[in-house]
This record gives sequence, C-alpha cells and structure tokens, in this order.
Amino acid sequence: MTGPAFYQVGPFLSNRFFPSVSWYLDMISFIFKRLLQSVVVMLMVALIAFSMFRYVGDPINNMVGQDTTDTERAALAQNLGLNDPFFVQYGRFVFKAMQGDFGISYKYRRPVSGLILERLSATLELSFVSAVLALGIGVPLGVYTALRSKGIISKGIMVLSLMGVSLPTFLIGILLILLFGVVLRWLPTFGRGDVVDVFGWWTTGFLTISGLKSLILPSITLAIFQLTLIMRLVRAEMLEVLRTDFVKFARARGLPDGTVHFKHALKNTLVPVITITGLQLGSLIAFAIITESVFQWPGMGLLFIQAIADVDIPIMAAYLVIIAFFFVIINMVVDILYFAVDPRLRADAAV
Amino acid sequence: MKLRYALLGAVAAAAIAVSAPVQAETFKYAFQGDLSSLDPHSLNETFLLGTLGNVYEGLVLYDEQMNIIPGLAESWKLVSPTTWEFKLRKGVKFHEGQDFTADDVIFSWQRAGSKGSDQKTRAGKMSNITKIDDYTILVETPAPNPILVTDLTVLLIMDKEWSEANGSTNATSATGDDKGNYANLNANGTGPFKVKSNQADVKTVMVRNENYWKDIPSNVTQVDFTPIKEAATRVAALVSGELDLVYPVPVQDWQRLDESEGVSALAGPEARTIFFGMDQSRDELLYSNIKGKNPFKDIRVRQAMAHALNLDAIKQKVMRNAATPAGLMVAPQINGFDESLNQPYAYDPEKAKALLAEAGYPDGFEVTIDCPNNRYVNDEKICQAAASMWAKIGVKVDVLAQPKSKYFGKVLETGGYDTSMYLLGWTPSSMDSENVLSSLIACQNKETKKGLFNLGNYCNPKIDELTVAIGSETDQAKRNAMISEAFVILKNEYGYIPIHQQPLSWGVSDRVTVNQRADNTLDYRYVVVK
Repeated sequence: MTGPAFYQVGPFLSNRFFPSVSWYLDMISFIFKRLLQSVVVMLMVALIAFSMFRYVGDPINNMVGQDTTDTERAALAQNLGLNDPFFVQYGRFVFKAMQGDFGISYKYRRPVSGLILERLSATLELSFVSAVLALGIGVPLGVYTALRSKGIISKGIMVLSLMGVSLPTFLIGILLILLFGVVLRWLPTFGRGDVVDVFGWWTTGFLTISGLKSLILPSITLAIFQLTLIMRLVRAEMLEVLRTDFVKFARARGLPDGTVHFKHALKNTLVPVITITGLQLGSLIAFAIITESVFQWPGMGLLFIQAIADVDIPIMAAYLVIIAFFFVIINMVVDILYFAVDPRLRADAAV
Repeated sequence: MKLRYALLGAVAAAAIAVSAPVQAETFKYAFQGDLSSLDPHSLNETFLLGTLGNVYEGLVLYDEQMNIIPGLAESWKLVSPTTWEFKLRKGVKFHEGQDFTADDVIFSWQRAGSKGSDQKTRAGKMSNITKIDDYTILVETPAPNPILVTDLTVLLIMDKEWSEANGSTNATSATGDDKGNYANLNANGTGPFKVKSNQADVKTVMVRNENYWKDIPSNVTQVDFTPIKEAATRVAALVSGELDLVYPVPVQDWQRLDESEGVSALAGPEARTIFFGMDQSRDELLYSNIKGKNPFKDIRVRQAMAHALNLDAIKQKVMRNAATPAGLMVAPQINGFDESLNQPYAYDPEKAKALLAEAGYPDGFEVTIDCPNNRYVNDEKICQAAASMWAKIGVKVDVLAQPKSKYFGKVLETGGYDTSMYLLGWTPSSMDSENVLSSLIACQNKETKKGLFNLGNYCNPKIDELTVAIGSETDQAKRNAMISEAFVILKNEYGYIPIHQQPLSWGVSDRVTVNQRADNTLDYRYVVVK
C-alpha cells in the first residue's frame, strides 16, 4: 500500500475543519468528473449487457416453440422492435433500464425487475453479515498478528489465513456443509430458512431462529476470503507504520504502548483498510454467486447462475447492470472519501 | 442396503397405504431444476408438466407403471376412425369449488392451442371437440390416431370460468405482452394437491386437496418443493435428514447414499435412449479431415463405428453398471419395442478395422463429435470413452463437449444442424415408437414437420412411408408389425448407433416410499410417509 502518505494524516487533519473556498471548488469539480466517468462506465456495461441480446443466440428462438411458423416469428420480431437499428435498440434499452425496466424473463415470463427485487434482500443480508464478520474478526486479528508477529499463535493464524486465501469458496462451502450439516447436523445445509416480510418487499431472515441458523454457514463461507485479506492487509500496514519515525517519536515522548498502538498506529493503518473494504464490499455482493449456488441461497447470484443455464438474457443483462451500478456507486463514494483525506489528489486537481 | 427398484417401492407404497392413519405429514423434496411457471400450457417440459400433474389433471392419467388409466374422463371409445367419444367424470370440482364439465375441456384445448402456448403440438392432434352434453364430448382428429389418449395425459384441464374471471384465457407467453398472466402465478386444478405458495426458483408449497375425487395411496398433507442446483448440496441435504427425496443423484454418489444411515439410492431404468448420430446428408463433413466426400455416407464406415464400440465397457466403467445397453432406438417401456431387435451391434474391433479398410480408410480419419456435458447422465464421459474406442480402429474423434444450451443451439434445427457427429437422448413423449420414427428417423422435412430431430438426416423413403402408415393405423398388431419393420431397416442400415437406456437416479429417505416413474416424474399420489 502507499504507506508513506498516510502517517501524515495528523498535520492535515486540522485543515478539514477550516476548508478554503478553493477546496470546495476542487471537491465539486472532482465529484463532477467522477460522476461523468461513472456514467461512461455504466453506458459501457449496458452496451455489453445489451449486446448479449444480439449475439448470444436469437431471442425469438428462446420464446417460441419449434412449431411456430416463420411469419409468426417475423411478426414477433417486429413487435419486439428487433428490426430497428442497433443503436436505436440500445438507446431504448438504456432508457428503460434507467426506469428500472429490464424487460420480461424468458423463463419465468415475469418482469425481471420484480424477480431481482425479490432476491435482492437475500443477497444484501448475506453480504452485510459477511462484511461484518470479515471486518469484526479480520481487523483485530491483523492488529494482533502485527503486534505479536513472532508469537506462535500469530504464526498459526498466518498459516490458517494462507489456507483461507487459497482454498476456493466452493470447497470451503462444501466442507462446512459436510461438517456442520451432515456429520454434526447442527445447521441447515441449504436455503434461507423461514423469512419474514418487512416493508412489503424486503424479506429478512434476521427475525427467525431458522433464518439466523441458515445464515451462519453461507456468511462464514463468503466472509473467509475477505477476512483473511483484511487481516493480512491490516497486519502489513501495521508493521510498516510501527517502523516509522512518527511512531518512534510517539514512543520517545513516553506514551504508553496502548496509546501508540491504537491511537497512532492503527488509526493510520485504517485509511487504506477502509478504502479496500469499500471496494471489497462490491466483491462480496458479486462473489456471492458461488456461495449462493453452493448453499442454494435464493439471492441474485443464484438467479444469475440459473439464468445462464437457461440462456435467460434479460435476467443476465439486468444482473450485470445492477452489479456494475453497485460497484460504480461504491467506487465513487470511496473516491470522494479518499479525496477528503488525501491531499495529493487535491493538488492534482488544482494543477 | 441394496438398491431398491421402482416396482418394489410402488408395491410397498400400496401395501402401506391400506393401513396408513390420517395425520399431518409433510413431504420435502428437491429437484435440480425449478418450477418456472404454474401455467400448464406455458412450457412443454417433463418436470413442469409432471409436477403440475399433481395440481391439474388430464382426461387420462398414468398409473405407477405408466399404463393409461381413467382420469377426468371415465371412459372413451372410438366411434369412427377419426372420432372419439369421451364420457367425463361427474361430481369433480376444481380447488376453488367450480364444477368440472365439458366446457372446461373444450376451453383448455383451445387455450393449449392459443398464442404463447408450448402445447400447440398436442392441441393440434385434435381438430375439433363437440359438446354432446355436460359430460359427453366428441373429439375429432385430423387423421386416424390410435394413440390420441397418451397425449391427453399431459394436456391438463383448467377451469373456464376461473380463467375467464382472471383474464387468463391465453397461455402465458414469453413475449411479455401479457404481464402477470394470472395462471402463471396461480393455479386452480382438479388434482390431489393445491398450490399454497410458489416463489419461483426458491420454494413451492402444496397442500392436500381434501375433496379429491379419487382414493390415492398417499398420506401426505403438505409437499415442500425446493430446487437445488448443486448436486453436492442436494445429496448433503438428503443425508442430513432435511429432505425426504432428492433427484437426480450423481451415479458416483450411490455408494455413499447406501452407506449412510436412513437413506438409499433408488434406481430404475429410464425410458430415455441415448445414442450416437452421424451426418449422412452433406457431401462433405463440416468437421473432418476428409475433404470432398462424406465417410458416413458409406454404410461400411457406419458399421465400423458401431462395431468398434464396447457398450458393456461403457455400462461398467462409465455408468457403474446402471445402464441397459440398447440395440433399438426405443426403451422397453415404449410401445413398439421389440425384444428380438434389441441386441446391440456386436463389439468386434477387428471387423471394424477391416470394414474401414474396405471403405478406403485403412488409416482411419478425423471427425469431431458434439456432446452435451450437463444434459444426460455422464454424457461427456460416454463421448470420451467412445472416442478412445474409436481411436483403436484408427478413427480420431475429437470430443467437443459443451453445456446443453450451447450444444442444442449448435446441433438442432435452429443452429442449422451444425454437426458431423453427436450424442443425443430421446424419450418419446407419447411413450410410443411413432414419435421416435417421425422425429428422429424419418427424412428431414420442414413442411410435414417430420425428422426435425434427425440431425444427421439419415433418410430412407420406405421408413417415411411406414411412418405415415403407422400414424393412422388403428389395428394394434398391424401397427406394431410396421414399427418393427421400420426398426429392422434402420438397424440394417446402421442409421444410428444406440448406446443404452440411462438409469433414473433418485435418493430417498427411509421415512418415505415413492413411485419412480419411468419418465422421471414424481407423482405425489404415490408418496407415502411412514
């Protein structure tokens, strides 16, 4: 990580309380630029998603039986606007997507937006619990292994973390199912348990015993990779910061270890960790595909996988666009936060 | 524990049914795919129709062994070569209380033939239905059709008033011009189970219809169905005791199931025949190193390909002894099956080599075979095993294995039959050989819609003639004689290379007994919870 920049947090922190007018102007132009970039990215993703309709097989064939006559097929193509020029169709796709209309699923014969909304809560709850697990366990473990880097426990944790990084999610999921589901029979092996409707469209598993039990294995499976990543990141940053003059001077001033470790070292370590975590949150939602299919977790990822098997292009396109949208939003928020704390970005913008 | 067979399960089910006390019993099961719609005319898929067959019913039903038994029709008879008279069952009510009458049958037939329906072929087997009175109808067919009733098992009957009241008089179409078609998300049939809730791809709950017109062995009061895509997860859910039945189970997991407490594998022969086909119509193969001619047009080459295969080895090594090697394009369950013709082509690599040399390919040739890798039991492995056997006679077969959506997109009519050699499986939906002859064996003809799945276009006019004659012959003995005659021609010409009937592979908890139907359908009527 770009270590050296961060231990200077102290000096410029004070500036934040009295930002100048030019700082606000910089900020606004920066946000504007990022917004513009995001729009371009979304348009590109939409283009890729849309081109699937054109190039992954003939959509008409997916909609009709083998007995449909050529005349009927032609009429259908005309109705669906498939005879219009490519960019007219693309424009229509983007325009409808902006209104949340991704068309009708070939397989379920229902609006795609409704299908995705039904599953959004499952994926977001799973990702949220995994993110909490990854941070809540990863950061303390990272700090611990950095401070006691020579201890046996630390070394043990590092070896285990290597396994966490290298074992594929699929395998971890299956192993957990075998151990806790089949051999011990403590936890359910698949599904989401009983869910409760809240606000009409959001279903939650947090309010039932079976829902909570069902969350345990999938959220651990999904969290393990991020957990080990965050742990190793915190450890590396921490080790680097602990070596800096900044910390040496703090020690020289006679501050107690606890203050040096947590107020000086950890605080400066967390800046890159927060950045990375923000980006990883997007990956959690996207990586959920594998975990969801191993645990038959009824989320968006599972819907996407099924859609691939059935060549249900409207669902595939909608999923791509929505996931890209999550990534873009998270990226933008992270960038803006970054701008707020990193003076170098400001300098660039001013030039 | 040993493998139990379908028949045994059915007998046990019937025996237990007699003494079963009435109490709340929930039956939970999983299948690899999901119930994509509740509309019985939306999609022509075995799983969808089989599952909805517990909610809706046809005029006739299948029993455990797939014999036709009366359903919503009490009896039927042929009054002229093209006219059938059906006497409908009286006193049957739909789940929401409407009476079942002749109008519902006529309405359902029209709906099945409507825009968006995937049952148009079946609806098209009848040209007109006339109501004589509320419980008598006359059904006309465009040509004499001795096996009309087999198609009626899956032409499911909906209530006219209910459909009209809910604006669902057309089948749910994939084009989206009927957003939220009511029957896509709701069901109102006459069957033994009612849909309580259905979240597509997540969970479907059905409860017993207390007013069902017939006594059935099942004591199940609620059925929970969950689709589970991953085979490993499916098997784990069964072994952990969360589910009572899962299917399909990978063949390699059988031993594990039998060694686990409280569960066992349930295997039986499926009515599906797996076979190899060869492009016999193009003048030059699309995927081969032989240019300017098509080796498969030479019968000696086809003979060589057939005699190079050791079907017993495929059965033992690839299918763990669970397949039945075949010499015919139809399974024993299918009408028209002739035991005397079912001897597979003999394994004789020496003869195969000699035939190749005689045909002018002493050093063999190269060809690519198209193969699905997620459609049939061990499909890709069968292709690989066969390729290694063909390699021994000098034919270098390159296996192109793809997921079914890609595979079918390439080899079927929609992909322009883009293949030189392929592996395919087929279960005739009517359980009759005529379907196999007209779909797979007759010459390709877009106008008559014959031979559309004859991907390599094996063509013999005599078989075409016989197929037409079989389609309208009502004398069963004559008809079967013609079917055998057609199969003899096909066999002598090596038009296809049949491999085997694959096994049905279910995993069942000892808590329940079920009937494993040969078309891989689970009929809740025969599910008994102990």
